[in-house]
Amino acid sequence: MSSGKTFKLDGKAISFEEGDTIMDAALRAGEYIPHLCHNPEFKPHGSCRVCVVDVNGHSMSACTRPAEQDIDVDNSSDAIMDLRRSLLQMLFVEGNHICPACEKSGACQLQAVAYYTRMLSPRFTHFFPRRSIDASHPDIVFYFNRCILCGLCERASRDVDGKNVFSISGRGINSKLVFNSPSGKLGDSELSVTDKAVSVCPVGALLPKHQGYEKPIGKRLYDTKPISVVGDAALYQSVNRSSKSSESNE
Amino acid sequence: MNDAALQGKLKLATAALCGCFGCHMSLLDIDERILKLVELVEFDRTPLTDIKSIGQCDIGLIEGGVANAENVEVLRDFRKHCNILVAIGECAVNGGIPAMRNQFDLQDCLQEVYIDGIGVENPLLPNDPEIPLLLDKVHPVHEVVRIDYFLPGCPPSADTIWTFINDLIEGNDISFPYSLIHYD
Repeated sequence: MSSGKTFKLDGKAISFEEGDTIMDAALRAGEYIPHLCHNPEFKPHGSCRVCVVDVNGHSMSACTRPAEQDIDVDNSSDAIMDLRRSLLQMLFVEGNHICPACEKSGACQLQAVAYYTRMLSPRFTHFFPRRSIDASHPDIVFYFNRCILCGLCERASRDVDGKNVFSISGRGINSKLVFNSPSGKLGDSELSVTDKAVSVCPVGALLPKHQGYEKPIGKRLYDTKPISVVGDAALYQSVNRSSKSSESNE
Repeated sequence: MNDAALQGKLKLATAALCGCFGCHMSLLDIDERILKLVELVEFDRTPLTDIKSIGQCDIGLIEGGVANAENVEVLRDFRKHCNILVAIGECAVNGGIPAMRNQFDLQDCLQEVYIDGIGVENPLLPNDPEIPLLLDKVHPVHEVVRIDYFLPGCPPSADTIWTFINDLIEGNDISFPYSLIHYD
């Protein structure tokens, strides 16, 4: 690095440039910080908090905290992993994440990060919310049960596709993803299966139709290797803009 | 002191609540290692022995979620009689596939299955007093009793179950390699 600036991540010196977040610098250095709502292609959202790190005694989200000379960042202590596990457990009980019934299982980033933190139980009481499915689009299906409101489809649709199909509406537990169309249905929106927005969903919420089980369970992205080695789900879901991707459910 | 305790064996009970019996099948998938297992434990109430009531046990393994009044009774009985109670598989851990009915009113489920469904003859809601009453929702077991350990997976593999039982009996920390943790 030309800047010569560094901070410590678990005791290891990490170089950074002016304007970098802790996440930017760590990812560039090949260091894994667990994350769900972050994708380096988009502006940080800072909403899932799974990238929580301890910076000089304060819990901060690595994707929004600017890197700073000589700060001491804890990314792997038991206390930090406990915090992340608790956040994941809350995400799991707030929705309906029935992994054995989900087409995305094995290639799901929520699941993979939970595996990484060694989450074995949901611990909390399940909400079992009643949420619907929007299957009105001919090529795409949306499961509200599985949406974690990371806002990645919203950012991708707005910033890359130039369509503004998605937005998060409501507050608190009543927050939900809404679709920009006259009827409110996904099928009446401008969304196309080759849109960037369709390829960035970290969970099994926004899925291309007709390919759910092309790759069998057991041979999927995170079945044998952890996310710290394999990387984000979105890297493997990049939609081939000229033809339907065969890798979309890697 | 009973015979098992004199032989230094731990007593193990298992039950299947609202599940598919897949976790018990996975337990049997330990294959010939079951010979080693019976040297370590004596089976108490379990579908494998067909013993119907549970005595005081060291370890209880629970498959399946809590979907009816009998499940609640069995689960509480296990909690009362087992020093260590373990939730095995997705249904016990988070409700699993049976919990997908939580998306609907119970009345609507019964109506669809027994009255309005395609091909139903003599439509009638089951009301025999011997049939356990269904709960309004299917619950993971930790929402009903305290659970000591959780083994996720649908089902957890034989290796996961084997690793767990051995670590537990030998007093090791329970830790699974990455390949043994999965939710599907």
